[in-house]
Amino acid sequence: MSALVQVHDLARTFDVSAPWLNRVIERKPRQWVHAVDGVSFAIERGQTLALVGESGCGKSTVARMLVGLYAPTRGQVIFDGVDTRQAYAGRDAQALRRRMQMIFQDPYASLNPRWKVCDIVAEPLVEHGLVSASDPGALAERVAQLLQSVGLAAADSEKFPHQFSGGQRQRISIARALATQPDFLVCDEPTSALDVSVQAQVLNLMKDLQRSRGLTYLFISHNLAVVRHVSDQVGVMYLGRLVELADKAHLFASPHHPYTRMLLDAIPDVRMSGRSRMPIQGEVPNPLAPPSGCAFHPRCPHANARCRAERPVLKAMQGAQVACHAVEEGRLAAPLAALAT
Amino acid sequence: MPPPLLEVRHLRVEFPTRRGTLVALDDVSFDIAPGEVLGVVGESGAGKSLTGAAIIGLLEPPGRIAAGEILLDGERIDNLPYAAMRRIRGRKIGAIFQDPLTSLNPLYTVGRQLIETIRTHLPLSAAQARARAIQLLQDTGIPAAEARLDHYPHQFSGGMRQRVVIALALAAEPRLIVADEPTTALDVSIQAQIIALLKRLCREHGASVMLVTHDMGVIAETCDRVAVMYAGRMAEIGPVQQVIHHPAHPYTVGLMGAIPAMDEDRERLTQIDGAMPRLNAIPPGCAFNPRCPHVFERCRQERPDLLSSGSTRAACWLAETVSAGGAATALGGAR
Repeated sequence: MSALVQVHDLARTFDVSAPWLNRVIERKPRQWVHAVDGVSFAIERGQTLALVGESGCGKSTVARMLVGLYAPTRGQVIFDGVDTRQAYAGRDAQALRRRMQMIFQDPYASLNPRWKVCDIVAEPLVEHGLVSASDPGALAERVAQLLQSVGLAAADSEKFPHQFSGGQRQRISIARALATQPDFLVCDEPTSALDVSVQAQVLNLMKDLQRSRGLTYLFISHNLAVVRHVSDQVGVMYLGRLVELADKAHLFASPHHPYTRMLLDAIPDVRMSGRSRMPIQGEVPNPLAPPSGCAFHPRCPHANARCRAERPVLKAMQGAQVACHAVEEGRLAAPLAALAT
Repeated sequence: MPPPLLEVRHLRVEFPTRRGTLVALDDVSFDIAPGEVLGVVGESGAGKSLTGAAIIGLLEPPGRIAAGEILLDGERIDNLPYAAMRRIRGRKIGAIFQDPLTSLNPLYTVGRQLIETIRTHLPLSAAQARARAIQLLQDTGIPAAEARLDHYPHQFSGGMRQRVVIALALAAEPRLIVADEPTTALDVSIQAQIIALLKRLCREHGASVMLVTHDMGVIAETCDRVAVMYAGRMAEIGPVQQVIHHPAHPYTVGLMGAIPAMDEDRERLTQIDGAMPRLNAIPPGCAFNPRCPHVFERCRQERPDLLSSGSTRAACWLAETVSAGGAATALGGAR
């Protein structure tokens, strides 16, 4: 199996400088924030890669670069063997966009409140020339099919988004994303605005669709339990970089990176209650002034001089890819033993 | 057993609207014992935050308490005049809200807000109040507390702000803390810190806590007992381990099955089909009956009271018809 999506050394900086006048008068310097700083991964066809991390770690920026909403500052995204940067500039842009779609976090903000559901779902069909707008019968039929495939009724197409609950709106978003029959779906926190029982409905639907249509997902979430449920591979991000990338089973059974371990330790889990946990000390540093060396070192109990000075790179070790000097040097206790305490 | 600190009896909250009266809370009853942590869990619109707001006397008009009573230390507080309620709020009941940025005044330093709260409720001099404010900030784990006192809320990070809010809630040593989704706006690593802090401080100060959240994990970690709410009604209430591992109400069973677990692999999550009814369309009988897999005729006609089912109480006719152990097995089989 070849990877459908390959990402090499992807990076994106944002200019957050003060306005020009302030820079001139107050002598303020230009400032950039490295939202994503050299991320590489690959997603196999039909698989799900989940990116987890806390707010501000750059996971949504990665998602937006993959679908072309942001242009990368550095690095490349290769989709099905084609470099997307060139493809977006050329004539194949439309064809490429058809093959990848995105589902956004907030189903209240991502649907136009003035449009009927049928118009929302039909727009990509018409835009990509899949169904002619001059054939309303065929269009309505296709919209009805799509709505039914996500568990809504065909009659819902005459309603407006405000007539639906959060979970139903997210189903509409999914129907819209599926309209162009994409191969690859980027899902940016698709269930974090939903209640648990509705979240379960949406997650089940997404899994069913993946099986029946062979979809490939990039799934962004901050909820490790959800990630564990949906993903095949998991990437853990911290301050714009991947700190650990591993198979789901491997990552949850034996997390290597100290940040991954602490993240796993930090989730209050219903069935694990009673287990003593070690909360992560400190907070995510300011991305405008990231710490030297390993970005996690101020919060890491295993940090030493090398961690403060030298930035670790993602290296394959013990069945996972980990960016950590301590793991590399064997300074950490065995992961399983750490979990047991 | 000591008398309960807080008693809520048959509380009914209504919102009169042009199209008729919406009943947002209907016959809600529960107690909180001194030093106890009660979790209140439910999905959006279940009425959990409203219950908290009714207790601290901060119902947004036109919402009003239409029936029932709330007793704190045996005295009614639901019918107090505004000024009297103001004295209780902060002094006897502290509040922590979801968003730490909106619960602090951005125009005043953190120290000024703390000292004002302390001096409103406690007979302390300015210097003593300042010392107490520093002590409170230190207790909540804010480094360099003395210097931080003169900072404004925007100079704190989200987690630090929530610590300030906790310090404010504890400022006058209240007996009860109503915490409404205190960690929902925070990242998981910060959430763990805040939960641990809240637990420790409330134990040290001997305060009872009513913790409103939609996160079952937080409840499992923190609470002694948990109340599950659905459509403005109490669905189930009982000791936390009992409710999590042997839920008696079919809604609780569904809710627990819907949460992705960290320690087991399931191909599919249990899903409760449909959605919670709107307040203007609550079905007759049990509010959960259209979504319930075990529904029978009686559920559609008669509304169940909280019935004992082992050590928990559930508002479900199954709890009556089947013996307590039998109900759990019957539901367990359906999971």
